[in-house]
Amino acid sequence: MVYEDDMTFTDYTLGQEELERIENILEEDLVKSGVHSVLLIDMAGNIIAQRDNGSCDHDLYSLAALASANFAAVDTMAKIVGEEEFSLLFHKGESESIHFSKVNTEFLLITIFGKEVSLGLLRLKVAEAVQKINDVWA
Amino acid sequence: MAFVNMKTKEVQAKIVYYGPGRGGKTTNLEYIYSKFRDRIKSDMVSIKTHGDRTLFFDFLPFDIGKIMGYDVKVQLYTVPGQVKYDATRRLVLKGVDGMVFVGDSQVEQRKKNILSLKNLQENLASYKKSIFKVPLVLQYNKRDLEKEGVPLLPVETLEKDLNSQLKVPSFSASAVTGENVVPTMKKIISLTMTSLQNVMK
Ligand SMILES: Nc1nc2c(ncn2[C@@H]2O[C@H](COP(=O)(O)OP(=O)(O)O)[C@@H](O)[C@H]2O)c(=O)[nH]1
Ligand SMILES: [Mg+2]
Repeated sequence: MVYEDDMTFTDYTLGQEELERIENILEEDLVKSGVHSVLLIDMAGNIIAQRDNGSCDHDLYSLAALASANFAAVDTMAKIVGEEEFSLLFHKGESESIHFSKVNTEFLLITIFGKEVSLGLLRLKVAEAVQKINDVWA
Repeated sequence: MAFVNMKTKEVQAKIVYYGPGRGGKTTNLEYIYSKFRDRIKSDMVSIKTHGDRTLFFDFLPFDIGKIMGYDVKVQLYTVPGQVKYDATRRLVLKGVDGMVFVGDSQVEQRKKNILSLKNLQENLASYKKSIFKVPLVLQYNKRDLEKEGVPLLPVETLEKDLNSQLKVPSFSASAVTGENVVPTMKKIISLTMTSLQNVMK
């Protein structure tokens, strides 16, 4: 068994400039399209970047912890039934819905949106944002 | 794998309480939550069964203030201790920065402590992490039961069983009375921050 020498940090690096680009993408592509709140989190449940429409007061740290655990649980279920992954992760509520999208092996994009935004439009916008976020590292 | 945000000068670190089922992990977090209510803005999140056993994890975000110019947010988690929940237990360990192992001091729990520590070592290894390198504190819990005549393992025995190779800081504690709960937490936060120091410059 080979252990990583530097165990605490990091599986990824993000400089200030990259963070700003990511925040811009969240703002321009998602918040301006009408989503209520959007979070980029890592698989350990840390919040990497966050943007919202200013009228959201959800407990985002708890949300990030639960979202990463939920994603990991669903991902493990996929493996158990022999799937690489389940592509659509979406929870629909009366007035708020949550959409999860895997950005890459390290990050998840969590979008909270209301009835004004259709799932179709949201998926399109999320797919564009995911592409752009991945380009930040390219 | 803590996240250090150079832009907002914020650090998020993940600390996980591990140990055998019914050892007192959840009670540790509950005590911390009640003690620091005024400093913890969100509610404690507990995913549990109807029988009040931890099903997935407990979660408590804790703002510990400024260290080296960074706003430090510690995320405290517990794992489900029951053997059958190994898959979910492993998920909670993802990206862990520091660990508290909560052992049960009762004589009859001796074997369960040893097995749980071994399980921790294996689960860390699945993330290519060594138990000898992760910041780790041991807690020998339920010492209050001594007064009630419940047979407890002497601390020397617990040290020999669990800490003879690890040689990490350890505390005798009672999560129910709160004895040494906060010192345990402070110790693991300080070890975790020390391990992150080279990133926080
Ligand atoms: N006497 C005593 N009981 C404790 C102590 N810590 C936890 N318990 C009790 O042990 C049981 C299991 O505790 P819990 O925190 O749920 O254990 P977990 O499975 O490790 O999360 C509960 O009934 C607690 O009240 C302690 O320090 N002393
Ligand atoms: Mg518990």
